[in-house]
Amino acid sequence: MRPFEYTRPARAAEAVAAVTADPGARYLAGGTNLVDHLKLGLTAPTALVDVRDALDDTVRTLADGGTSIGAGVPNSDLAAHPEIRRRYPVLSAALLAGASGQLRNMATTGGNLLQRTRCVYFQDVTTPCNKREPGSGCSALEGHGRDNAVLGASEFCVATHPSDMAVALCALDARVRVLGPDGERTIPVNGFHRLPGATPERDTVLSHGELVTAVELPPPVPGARSTYRKVRERASYAFALVSVAALVQVRDSQFVDARIAFGGLAHAPWRARRAEEVLRGRPVTEESFQVAADAELAEARTGRDNSYKVPLTVNTLASVLRELTEEDR
Amino acid sequence: MDTTITLHVDGAEHTLTVDTRTTLLDALRDRLGVTSPKKGCDHGQCGSCTVLLGDRRILACLALAVAHDGARVTTAAGLAPDGELHPLARAMVDHDGFQCGYCTPGQVCSAVGMLAEAEAGWPSHATRDLTAATELDDAEIRERMSGNLCRCGAYPNIVAAIREVSR
Ligand SMILES: Cc1cc2nc3c(=O)[nH]c(=O)nc-3n(C[C@H](O)[C@H](O)[C@H](O)COP(=O)(O)OP(=O)(O)OC[C@H]3O[C@@H](n4cnc5c(N)ncnc54)[C@H](O)[C@@H]3O)c2cc1C
Ligand code: SF4
Ligand code: FES
Ligand code: FES
Repeated sequence: MRPFEYTRPARAAEAVAAVTADPGARYLAGGTNLVDHLKLGLTAPTALVDVRDALDDTVRTLADGGTSIGAGVPNSDLAAHPEIRRRYPVLSAALLAGASGQLRNMATTGGNLLQRTRCVYFQDVTTPCNKREPGSGCSALEGHGRDNAVLGASEFCVATHPSDMAVALCALDARVRVLGPDGERTIPVNGFHRLPGATPERDTVLSHGELVTAVELPPPVPGARSTYRKVRERASYAFALVSVAALVQVRDSQFVDARIAFGGLAHAPWRARRAEEVLRGRPVTEESFQVAADAELAEARTGRDNSYKVPLTVNTLASVLRELTEEDR
Repeated sequence: MDTTITLHVDGAEHTLTVDTRTTLLDALRDRLGVTSPKKGCDHGQCGSCTVLLGDRRILACLALAVAHDGARVTTAAGLAPDGELHPLARAMVDHDGFQCGYCTPGQVCSAVGMLAEAEAGWPSHATRDLTAATELDDAEIRERMSGNLCRCGAYPNIVAAIREVSR
């Protein structure tokens, strides 16, 4: 591990100034991803700017009835927050499906959004990886490919985004508040994480020095039912093979609206706009579930090891929709 | 780069100079000789390094010591200050909740932190109704303790020990 300076500014603006001024500086929050990366040698910052004093760590109700979550709120506190459990249960459920009790106590809202892929080659400095070392090649294309993306991937990178929380935030149409050297901006979470294209080294649309300060949720959708379903290789403490966050509104046994996001399928949480489009106005039937899921996966591209993800996703979405509409059929 | 920090560990205050790269786990074990937290994986994947930071269970292997200047840390050894076993540690002995014992200090700290979380009404992935009161059945205990692996597979007895103390 390369030596680094450590500072802990009291204010967000100071943290932004410190990181902006030094191309080798990185933000440190809970450290559950970054400290691991320091040990693995995936990154070698010259300075760590600890943002835990600088970031808001409260959950507040906004004037429009929405909710603001400070980027410093730990994952555990957010999952357990009474307002989140009552008004945005899909977010609590997604957080609780991730990592472990100890890790959720350390991990922050901002750090969770910015966590990097668990691609085994990305995490192994002895193998080529375009995300870690642009231009070196992608070991996952020919190598162990069970975790590879099936949607939106490129010849440069087939990694998936590992966050459970971010999948729920996408279904909730959350906004990410960011402070940068030129001031504040707000970015829809659908679009915050990038698809890899030819530049997989960039996970998100943030530039160096930009600090996530909060996540804002719009007011809950009236009458919507929601759930988060995660499929993984053991019952707990494992990343998703596939996950689904879904909110549905149903009237007279017809879908009025649906908001669906997938984890485990792409370089970013995947908002299933096609499936949503298919469901709107359709009757609540097994056939609708199937047609919607098939429509979303129609463009899936699979390799040698990950073709299982297509039927797994179709079946998981159908099962989630079945569960959410039990009373409507 | 060296920094001087203070740690309150199991009731004792220590001032030490650490390289910024030192984890809390290495500071405890290698610098202070507090060896009850164990290094299993050093990557957040096993839970054997679990300690209480204030009242919260965390992983000492993913915490930088320099980021915890002034912190109050309790290890499994600190839960038994005068050789008097903590009820949870006692229950682990009574229920044979270990074989080699390597994971045990982490299991004990994790369970103590977990029981406080349940007491505070925190739900888990095993909780069906997120807005209802928490009841610690075996499925809840297993889920909440999933961050602590036991290579000896003492899980049924660990769950039994925690179940007894949670009642
Ligand atoms: C064994 C293990 C299992 C896990 N399982 C899961 C799982 O099942 N599901 C899941 O979703 N996650 C899982 N995680 C990942 C965990 O959720 C993340 O590590 C955690 O959320 C990161 O948050 P942090 O505050 O610790 O971030 P840090 O490690 O401090 O930072 C992560 C990255 O974000 C940047 N950063 C931090 N805060 C900000 C900010 N405010 N603005 C801009 N950049 C910032 C840092 O510079 C760094 O690049 C697991 C982790 C481990 C170790
Ligand atoms: S999939 Fe992406 S992260 Fe994994 S080896 Fe290829 S380029 Fe690297
Ligand atoms: S040593 Fe910390 S989790 Fe394994
Ligand atoms: S008792 Fe041996 S690892 Fe748990």
